[in-house]
Amino acid sequence: MKINISKIIIFSFVIFCLFVFQKGLKIDNSYDTKSLIGNKISKFQLSEINIHDLYISEEDLKKNKFTLINFFASWCAPCRAEHKYLVKLSSENNEIKIIGINFKDKKDNAINFLKELGNPYNFVGKDLDGKISIVFGVYGIPESIIVNSDLTIIKKIIGPIDQIQYNEILSTIQ
Amino acid sequence: MKIKFIIIITYILIEASANSSGSRTKLLDIYQNLRCLVCQGQSIADSNSDFATTIKLVVQDQFNEGKDEDEIYKFLTSKYGEWIVYKPIFNKNNFLLWTLPYAVLIFGAFIIFLLIRKTKHNKVN
Repeated sequence: MKINISKIIIFSFVIFCLFVFQKGLKIDNSYDTKSLIGNKISKFQLSEINIHDLYISEEDLKKNKFTLINFFASWCAPCRAEHKYLVKLSSENNEIKIIGINFKDKKDNAINFLKELGNPYNFVGKDLDGKISIVFGVYGIPESIIVNSDLTIIKKIIGPIDQIQYNEILSTIQ
Repeated sequence: MKIKFIIIITYILIEASANSSGSRTKLLDIYQNLRCLVCQGQSIADSNSDFATTIKLVVQDQFNEGKDEDEIYKFLTSKYGEWIVYKPIFNKNNFLLWTLPYAVLIFGAFIIFLLIRKTKHNKVN
């Protein structure tokens, strides 16, 4: 029996295409940066919003069991919505320190924001041009990152913290 | 002497201008290969969004520090995943994407070679 090579090649190619297509359909195409969980944070230096020569760096975070790094701005409406959960977290839990990074904001507006809604942060830093947000893989605010004392990211919350996220934070740090 | 001086100054100015233009082109190439994650179908080069503006600043900083294109892509993919670059970096998940066109090309050339040889052989017979 003569085997037709070209037919075998075409048949194999069709099977290959179907296989790739079927695999492709199963791939999750939604994008976020949660893949950073398990990675260590990079080196950074953050200047305090009020005191120009006061800085913190990743070395300071090693002293905390857990640190929540929250990116916020006074002009960001979802930041306003999540703020009560940060205030609650700071008042009800001593296990976690909260660092606020004020993102592309005016100093006076940020201070008024914290006066109005309360200040849950152990340190408020400024990121005027947004460069620090890139170090943390942030692409929109609000965004929160929880790191442990090894500086490993253990949770990333993209978008505002709500009651569900709040409960998840508590279970993460327990 | 005066003419020599003018020639040297002109040469320095042309060199400086060419370098600056080369840097701008290189930066633009990098921006064009970076996806704006908060825009629809736009590169960092095409977008004026907050995110694109910040990425441009970071790329400029790293470029001025002397980092090459690959180092900049490596930094950004470590923060945002491979999705941020339009041209995927060669790895085990996409090796077919990179190698298959060449394999098909070589296979096609081999088939053509066989066909030509067969035709010549038939003619001789």
